[in-house]
Amino acid sequence: MFKWKTDEFSWVDFTIDVLRILIVLAVVVGAWNTLSSGRITFAQWVNLFAAGLSQGSIYALIALGYTLVYGILLMINFAHGEVFMAGAFSTVFLAEALNRTGFLNEQPLLAILIMIMFAGLVSMTVAILVERVAYRPLRGSPRLVPLITAIGASFFLQYTFRGLYGSGFKAYPQIKVLQGAISIGGINIPTVQIFVFGSALALMFALYWLVERTRIGKAMRAVSENKEVARLMGIDIDWVILFTFGVGGFLAGSAGVINGMFRPQGVNFFMGFIPGIKAFTAAVLGGIGNIPGAMLGGLFLGVIEAIGPNLVLAGLGIPGANQLKDVIAFTMLVLVLIFRPQGILGERLSETKA
Amino acid sequence: MDRMRAPAASTVLILGLLSGGFILFMGAVGMIAAFHEREVVDRFISLGQLLILAAPFITAYFVARQLGERGEGLARTLLAGVIVGLLTALPSAILLLFNSDEFRFLLFLALRLSPFIAATAIAWGRHRAGDDARAVIGLWLLIALLVGIVTFSFALIFEIKGDLRSVLVNINRDWVEVVTFDNRKDLPRGIAAFGAVSIVAGVAGALLQRMPLAPRRALIYGLSLTALIGAFGETARLILQENLERDTIREIFRRDTLRQNAALALFVISTVSGFLWTIYGQRARDSFSGIGHSQRRSLIIVGVIIFVIFMLMLPWLIGRTLSDVAVTIGIFVLMGLGLNIAIGLAGLLDLGYLTNYAVGAYILAVLTSIGPLGLFKGTFTFWMVIPIALLAAMFAGFLFAVPVLRMRGDYLAIATLGFGEIIGKLAISDWLKPLIGGAQGVQAIPKPLFFGTEMKNPEQLYYIVLAASLVMLFVSIRLNNSRTGRQWMAIREDEDVATAMGIDTARAKLLAFTLSAATGGVAGAIFAAKVGTVFPNSFTVFISINVLSLIIVGGIASNPGIVVGAIVLIGMPELLREFSEFRFLLYGALLILMMIKRPQGLIPSKIVTHEHQSGVKPKLAAAD
Amino acid sequence: MFLRVACLIFLLTATALPAFGQPDCDDPIGCVEVGRDDPLVIGAMLVVSGASSALGLDAQGGVELAILARDGLLLGREISLVVEDSLCSAEGGQAAAQRLAADDTIIGVIGTSCSSAAQGALPIISEAGLLMIAPSNTSPSLTNQDHEGGGGHRPGYFRTSPNDLIRSAKAAEFVLTQLGVGALATVHDGDTYTEGASRVMSQKFAELGGEIVFGGAINKGDTDMTAILTEIAASSPDIVYFPLFEPESNFFAAQMATFPGLEDAVMMTAAASFVESFPANTGEAAIGIYMSGPLVSGDAYDAFLLTWQDEFGFSPPSGYHAHAYDGANLLLNAIEAVAVESEDGVLSIGRQALRDALHAVEAYPGLTGELTCYDESPYAGDCGSVTAIAIFRFTEAEVHDGNWPPPVVWNFATDSAG
Repeated sequence: MFKWKTDEFSWVDFTIDVLRILIVLAVVVGAWNTLSSGRITFAQWVNLFAAGLSQGSIYALIALGYTLVYGILLMINFAHGEVFMAGAFSTVFLAEALNRTGFLNEQPLLAILIMIMFAGLVSMTVAILVERVAYRPLRGSPRLVPLITAIGASFFLQYTFRGLYGSGFKAYPQIKVLQGAISIGGINIPTVQIFVFGSALALMFALYWLVERTRIGKAMRAVSENKEVARLMGIDIDWVILFTFGVGGFLAGSAGVINGMFRPQGVNFFMGFIPGIKAFTAAVLGGIGNIPGAMLGGLFLGVIEAIGPNLVLAGLGIPGANQLKDVIAFTMLVLVLIFRPQGILGERLSETKA
Repeated sequence: MDRMRAPAASTVLILGLLSGGFILFMGAVGMIAAFHEREVVDRFISLGQLLILAAPFITAYFVARQLGERGEGLARTLLAGVIVGLLTALPSAILLLFNSDEFRFLLFLALRLSPFIAATAIAWGRHRAGDDARAVIGLWLLIALLVGIVTFSFALIFEIKGDLRSVLVNINRDWVEVVTFDNRKDLPRGIAAFGAVSIVAGVAGALLQRMPLAPRRALIYGLSLTALIGAFGETARLILQENLERDTIREIFRRDTLRQNAALALFVISTVSGFLWTIYGQRARDSFSGIGHSQRRSLIIVGVIIFVIFMLMLPWLIGRTLSDVAVTIGIFVLMGLGLNIAIGLAGLLDLGYLTNYAVGAYILAVLTSIGPLGLFKGTFTFWMVIPIALLAAMFAGFLFAVPVLRMRGDYLAIATLGFGEIIGKLAISDWLKPLIGGAQGVQAIPKPLFFGTEMKNPEQLYYIVLAASLVMLFVSIRLNNSRTGRQWMAIREDEDVATAMGIDTARAKLLAFTLSAATGGVAGAIFAAKVGTVFPNSFTVFISINVLSLIIVGGIASNPGIVVGAIVLIGMPELLREFSEFRFLLYGALLILMMIKRPQGLIPSKIVTHEHQSGVKPKLAAAD
Repeated sequence: MFLRVACLIFLLTATALPAFGQPDCDDPIGCVEVGRDDPLVIGAMLVVSGASSALGLDAQGGVELAILARDGLLLGREISLVVEDSLCSAEGGQAAAQRLAADDTIIGVIGTSCSSAAQGALPIISEAGLLMIAPSNTSPSLTNQDHEGGGGHRPGYFRTSPNDLIRSAKAAEFVLTQLGVGALATVHDGDTYTEGASRVMSQKFAELGGEIVFGGAINKGDTDMTAILTEIAASSPDIVYFPLFEPESNFFAAQMATFPGLEDAVMMTAAASFVESFPANTGEAAIGIYMSGPLVSGDAYDAFLLTWQDEFGFSPPSGYHAHAYDGANLLLNAIEAVAVESEDGVLSIGRQALRDALHAVEAYPGLTGELTCYDESPYAGDCGSVTAIAIFRFTEAEVHDGNWPPPVVWNFATDSAG
């Protein structure tokens, strides 16, 4: 009989090897064709990279929420994209009001800070409510159950906000200071992209500090290592989990405002769904449960999405290459998972889980 | 109220406010106004009004039960009903008053003071708990700042926006009209009416709970049945339409609305039968359990035969529209059965099931279409292509399975989710447009021919879906009891142990993926033939989500559960189309509620139930 | 051929619907009977949930206002509107059509919103003897009777929205003759509508002698357009045509305006973004963008907008409310024209007669202009007014002061050569 797996030869390995060679070949040929044709200049590549980095830092901020929750509950919080939407959508009204009074352009920094706080608190409230109402009763049930609840919460939140604020599209007002570009080595980088990257980085470091250097951070790490032991150590598990959701929510809300500065348009109830899936992908790419991994995964995904279609697909002569950027992103994800199942930086809890 | 014991008082307060919050929420998302359009009983009560009444009624009922358990008397229970009614109306009434100047003044005052009050309250609590002064002051500053930012933001939004409607779009005239019971012009009167109705409903709920068992159950039964049939008037009419004369239906329904007399009759009949059942039902159940083993067996056989006849007759009983819904449900049952092989039996969390569905649909479309994209212009028929679609989907399933064989749990989930996205994007792409039409899809797919008759109506397509589901059901049951099935179960429970036991896990997983894919392909092909066109935007991640959800809601690894899950998650939203704007909201709420109340599913599989009861940590579907 | 189709339809309808027709109905495909106290029932299948719901809610508002304009009454009876959600997909359209077709009191249908939904719905609507008037379908396939060549027309299909063939031909003419630029780049987002619009535009542009330098696509939900803009810049077009929906059109316009290498390229978008919120949301970048869109103006339209604001409390969420309003009026007028009342007060409305009445519509003064329904492929069932399409150009007033609609720079009817 035909054998699938013998000691000498594994069909699975063989197929994966073929796949690997094919993909590497496609990437090399595509990239060679593109680069040798010289259609896209060096400055344009740098611009693509910078835009990808900014988009990626927004993915990263959302991905942190996924990764924090996953690290503690081993649960995919599918509704996290909607937490992002909640903050971004609610704050658009505040931004309009601030703009109307002129405050936004007089004191842009202070105004943005207020907006970030507001969005963060709104998202935090939503995240905490979701945890309290939908997830807490399900602790200890099979893994698929909270996943379904999270999907349900995602729909529920989307259409709640659609009901509250309507289905039309809104836009953040544009801040004068952030318009224009800064020239770095003869290449113009839009100011807003530097702002986005910088503020995302600041938030990520704040989170890193929170998790690594504070008491509550220590408690979070303890709970993620072992809930029973943490409980015995006198840590209030429920409070820590709630706090984790809150922190993830706050980051998602601030990502909403930063996103609003970067890509002001398209604010509506559905705006969280796609970034949510992308951020989740980013979290897995970096190694889920791993905080620096989520940051790196987000940035990586953003850059791949920006550069991949033009570099590889256009070079292969595929029409409408940009349509297929998700194909690149997800192929990349599958590749990373095949060759490094624990993600780029590895997951924190790999030994207990896999 | 002060004489009530504290826990009882707080129960009343909390539940009352929850009920009020619920009504406010329903109003703010627009449900009350939208449901007002739908009359439950003709010219008597709308669904929106029913909602407003039901909240205090049901809340007061449960409050009364809790008070009853504490041994409170009737007077207090009624008082609790009044309070629940008042509290239900309160939040919405506040919002109604929002646009008056006095109220705005109060609101702004509250917004400005609240940071200080909140900060002081919390800091005082910490101070009492023994924190040192510096920490308390720091906390005070922090909270005052945070709450201050929020209240400042709210105040600014209200100030600039002026009208609440420009933020909350559904706090509009329609809503005011409903909650004030048509007293929009005279707000005080409207609020009074709202409060009065709410209090009456609360008292009625409390009273109902205090009734003796038999009439209470009978009334609950009667009320809920009447409300349900009234709310699903369209469905009810569609079923009756197939079986009754047109004039008889017009006696019962005015379009889709129950007429008053009919509603009354329905209420009386269902209450009386509920009453009789409460009294005599126990006897009937006793006599059933009293009969002998062989007799019961024959009864079951009779039941099965009746069920089979019912399934065969179904299209004639429910008519064309509902048959169409039944076909859609059937397609999802088929997919559910297929995905269940991967998730339920082998424990492989596949979030990319739509790949198989899309492959099946496109294969059928391209091979049979008589339009410009059809490869054979009608040479191939539906029946010839079904096996091809099946094989193609199996091949696709195989291809996608190979790279993910080594992945587990959530990694598998995200990888398969990615495959789903890839297929969706490829279907829509300009790259494959010459083959499968890109955004314009494939059109002109002929309907299946059955001995020369075109099966174009849902009543006829129903049988194709039914047959396919039965075959799949058979395969699924056989697989479950086979060697392969046991191998899958071993993998599901613990992959490492399975490997150690000498199971070729790679092979078993591949088999699970390909078999699961085959069913998806058939479902896709039937879908394409049913719709007659294939557009790429039909193949979104929501297909995968729907199939996954129906398996879990029905009960994982449970075949009857999949059917019930499909009826609930696919059928109900179709029947609720009149509330279409809120379909996803209700769908989401349903998923959450179901998982909290019945995480094992509506009809749990026996194995899973066993695991739940025996205290074994259910590893099924944990996939870790 | 026509006879065969008609016979087939007749047979099917006869078998599919139990014969309720009374003896005095001599319509080949049956009649709708409306009792003395019964309402006249109009169906609507629109996308009222999901991401494109603005389009459907917009049209639904238009239909509701058309009914309201008659105080909800026609021929002394109440007009009742049954709305089914057709989503924006073929299966959604099919399900909605199935429900409406099963209700034998429904006289005619307004819908669907999306062309893909129409492809699913039309066969059922047509076979049931109903007619549908679509307010926002633009796909040329729907009015094309060449079934082998991809046409999807069936008897009973009408639309008040412009056929893409006409709109794009005129837009191409404008670009070549008025703007005098010859290198075109198009972008779509994989939607049936946008893909069709950019494809037909390329076709017509090439036919008229222009050069297509780039044809690309983005995804729905994309926010970052840097990658596609880089590609476009590399092919240096004179004009970029992006018939996208909001919000992708906002993102595209806003990012293209400041994109290095595309500063001089002309931007042009189409009816999908013909929404008040488009210039406001896009910001400064919207100034100077051309748009081929529905030209709805005049006193009647202003009054319509006032009524809308008064009735719903917000402005119309999308650009096809007037088309829906006109479609509903065409339907109501046709019903009024063909309904026959018997002595016992029962109204009888012939289904074929109703279709014929619509085909006979000529120079009906609607909000969108003068409507005339054609019956020859590739425009079979097209009632959209040619005067109702124009090229607009956004100015500062639309971006900052909420002015709407933008000024017309070229009117198809008066300024066009052919």
